[in-house]
Amino acid sequence: MTTERSVAQIALFTALIAALGLIPQLTLAFGVPITAQSLGIMLCGTVLGAWRGFLAAALFVGLVALGLPLLAGGRGGLGVFASPTAGFVLGFPFAAFVTGAVAERLRGLAVGWSAGIAALIGGVVVLYIFGITGLAIMLDRSLSEAALLVTAFLPGDAIKAVLAGLITAALYRARPHAVASRS
Amino acid sequence: MISLTSPVKTRAHGWPAGGKLLALCLASVALFAARDVWMHLLAALGVLGLYALPGLVFFIYGMRRLWPLWPFAAVILLWHVFTDAAQDGVLICFRMLSAVGLANLVTMTTSLAGMMATLRRVLRPFGWLGVNLRAIELAMAMVIRFTPVLALKGAALTMAWRARSRRRAGWRVIVPFMVLAIDDADHVAEALRARGGFDMDRTT
Repeated sequence: MTTERSVAQIALFTALIAALGLIPQLTLAFGVPITAQSLGIMLCGTVLGAWRGFLAAALFVGLVALGLPLLAGGRGGLGVFASPTAGFVLGFPFAAFVTGAVAERLRGLAVGWSAGIAALIGGVVVLYIFGITGLAIMLDRSLSEAALLVTAFLPGDAIKAVLAGLITAALYRARPHAVASRS
Repeated sequence: MISLTSPVKTRAHGWPAGGKLLALCLASVALFAARDVWMHLLAALGVLGLYALPGLVFFIYGMRRLWPLWPFAAVILLWHVFTDAAQDGVLICFRMLSAVGLANLVTMTTSLAGMMATLRRVLRPFGWLGVNLRAIELAMAMVIRFTPVLALKGAALTMAWRARSRRRAGWRVIVPFMVLAIDDADHVAEALRARGGFDMDRTT
């Protein structure tokens, strides 16, 4: 792949994560209006692969730090990294990386299954490890107490992992060359 | 795209971005090191004072940006009241207010260009190590350019869905949305190559 194509794909996926946070009309499942932004992080990994997924998510986090209001709800700026949810934002690149790495290891499975499992491990387990650690540090709580605070969001994120699998499978049918773990 | 910078021009706008960032780092470390609730009260009042200095418009704008913290403050205070450690809860809330408040102040008083210039200086040593800094800068510019474009396309897809269905657009809209983004990326990559691409860096 040429450098130009890599850079263009990374930039467009970063823009996609941001755009997913800007569309409020998306009700994902059961009428729960959860933001699609962490879904975008999972898709970075399942579609772009580990390294380019990492770079796209890192670019997103970097631009948020520079002061662009790219997070869902128009949030952004340095305050994000001092707030209790800093861990989740800082964990985005690593979540995308692990998602991509797992998807690449699971080539034996159908695209949808490998992407879904990878999104669950990277986009939920890894992201929550970062997020819970961040909460524990920012709010002076133990890890288990911090974990208790975020359990309410787990079902929504598990649904997003399933959706990441379904979307990646559909995308693979539409643009087979675009899914990095299969090319 | 909406901006997080202040609607009012303050004196801090003229200060160098690097200096403000360094001061923010030191202040944040100090905030997390201090364990005395009275010091945190003073710090929080000091931060509120900084917000008040440039006038009412600035203060209201700044407070609106701090408002999303209230659910965390509520949970922390309730938790600590029930565990008989109310003082710790108050300390954490003050610290959160000061830390986020100061960080927001830096973002509000620093232009994107100023931040970019500082980032460029920080990244320069990596350029010597072989990191393609031009690619990073181009990617950043592309994200800023394409985010509103993609948001518009996403909104158009959602409306197209609603024109055909009685139900609201669900996750299925994301598939054509991504196809659009991937096709855009291909076109942009071709356009970049047609204009010499990143090979230009090697020849000049």
